[in-house]
Amino acid sequence: MEKAPNAPLIRFDKVARVYGMGEAEVRALDGVDLTIQAGEFVAIMGPSGSGKSTAMNIIGCLDRPSTGQYLFQGMPVEGLSPDQRALLRRHALGFVFQGFNLLARSTALENVELPLIYKGLSRADRLPIALAALDKVGLTGREHHDPSQLSGGQQQRVAIARALAGSPQLILADEPTGNLDSQRSHEIMLLLQALNRDEGITIVMVTHESDIAAYASRRLTFTDGHLTEDRRTGAAA
Amino acid sequence: MIWETITLAFVAIIRNKLRSFLTVLGVVIGVAAVIAMVTIGQGSSAQVRASVESLGTNVLSMRPGRQRMGPPSGGGQVARFSVKDAEAIAELSTVGFVAPLVSSGQTVVAGNANAATQVYGTTGDYLMVQNWQVASGRGFTEGEVSAGTSSCLLGQTVATELFGQSDPVGAQIRVKTLSCQVVGVLAARGAGSFGQDQDDLVLMPIKTVQRRLAGNGDVDSISIALRKSATSADGIDQVSALMRERRRIGIGQEDNFSVTDMAEISSVLTGINSVLTGLLSSVAAVSLLVGGIGIMNIMLVSVTERTREIGIRLAVGASAGQVMMQFLVEAVVLSLLGGVLGIGVGLALAFAGSIFMAIPFAPSASVVALAFCFSALVGVVFGYFPARRAARLDPIEALRHQ
Repeated sequence: MEKAPNAPLIRFDKVARVYGMGEAEVRALDGVDLTIQAGEFVAIMGPSGSGKSTAMNIIGCLDRPSTGQYLFQGMPVEGLSPDQRALLRRHALGFVFQGFNLLARSTALENVELPLIYKGLSRADRLPIALAALDKVGLTGREHHDPSQLSGGQQQRVAIARALAGSPQLILADEPTGNLDSQRSHEIMLLLQALNRDEGITIVMVTHESDIAAYASRRLTFTDGHLTEDRRTGAAA
Repeated sequence: MIWETITLAFVAIIRNKLRSFLTVLGVVIGVAAVIAMVTIGQGSSAQVRASVESLGTNVLSMRPGRQRMGPPSGGGQVARFSVKDAEAIAELSTVGFVAPLVSSGQTVVAGNANAATQVYGTTGDYLMVQNWQVASGRGFTEGEVSAGTSSCLLGQTVATELFGQSDPVGAQIRVKTLSCQVVGVLAARGAGSFGQDQDDLVLMPIKTVQRRLAGNGDVDSISIALRKSATSADGIDQVSALMRERRRIGIGQEDNFSVTDMAEISSVLTGINSVLTGLLSSVAAVSLLVGGIGIMNIMLVSVTERTREIGIRLAVGASAGQVMMQFLVEAVVLSLLGGVLGIGVGLALAFAGSIFMAIPFAPSASVVALAFCFSALVGVVFGYFPARRAARLDPIEALRHQ
């Protein structure tokens, strides 16, 4: 995949996403312009139905704009085939979800290995990478625990390790602390901050809690499908 | 990657042991039935060939009527043979031994024991034509045959049923009102072409059966052993020509008798056998189809149950093709497991059947390989649709799925 060297990591150009037709038409995103540079830690806020999750799905190449253009590293994503988008997810993106979304009957290690399997790495090559990722999130010693044997905070760490294992440029976190108490939330946010600061990984996080958004260095607010506020807080970095 | 996919398939199958087993049961039954049918069919074909060959390849059989096989048509309409026909055939240059044969189903009695069996009237040459040895006692003498005395030879089965372990030679048996003396016991021959017991018979001089049991002078069929030097084609030609002459059948008229050699009988018998085998196997194959539908059904359930897992895999970078491959491999592994299990069960059934029916156990590598490949095919065909459904899931919807 070709990429423009100085292009921003993410660029939305009048991106709209429309569900349904005619009377039932819902404009989840309505002509959003947005640029995110590599290395930023961005929090996307807004009430439910504001379009923040839709924006997240489009950034994560899980969904496509109805109109407008989404450029990832200068490359228009809507021109890519489903398989090419899968490749982009595999090599450049990592996901962290509110519900952790771990494979239930697989160990922490197996979960972290998952993206590496799709990268075509052999078991011998996968193991050190997965162990290193688990070490980075502070889960050394829990490699062979099932998700059911781990606390919520630990499960989310496994999910972060899984995102890290693919050595992504961008981690997309959808309400990563939504299922955690404030102490665990704080720990997870510090971990994401550290990854952003130390590894240079760009992080885009959806949240509706402003104290969580405060960990980010930039805050975007969506209202009714429009980007209504773009504030740099300088909290991180 | 492919190794991980196969491992994954096994993990998924083992996780639902009972369900997986029930799912493949259809394939197991289908494959087992086909394997058992074909293996037993081949065993009995081998048995037919072996028993026909044991009779000697240069043995002809002459029967009344035009048809070559099957039940004889109504006795009244067809011209019967006579002992004179047999004597004339014996004079031919290609012919070694000739045995006219009359048969009659009878109950034979000795003391308190009785046995329902077939009583054959024939000549001393019958044992030569059949290449049959006498185990104890002796065969018929010329005098006994020409006079039609009340003497008989017993097959092993009849001997055992009537006399148990003791030697029947010299004892008396009774058939209807006819009392006759056992002069010898035939060597055991075992099962015949259709698994029938060849040792379940009593031989008597032909005149005795004609006079005392049948009540007429007809001969049912004539067995002819050719000389070693003669081909069966020459033998058939010569015997046919003689019979046409004796019966004054004009040129252009059809024979009212038939002469067949054992090779022909063998091929007709094995032909019937393979038609039956094919018929039963295709019925069995229907259950393979049903098994395939069972696999499709459970794979669709599996895709629905694992929607979220599919969403996770798509999010971490699996392509639609890789998801499809995962489910397709799982279906193929399932049906192959069923196939292997079915091959084992089928061979075991065929082995038990071959002992029960006293035929050779003839497993065929090509049939086993075919069954294996076919069960893989069942997996691919019936796994395709569920796998495609998995691959076409929308990752966002799949991740939201509970």
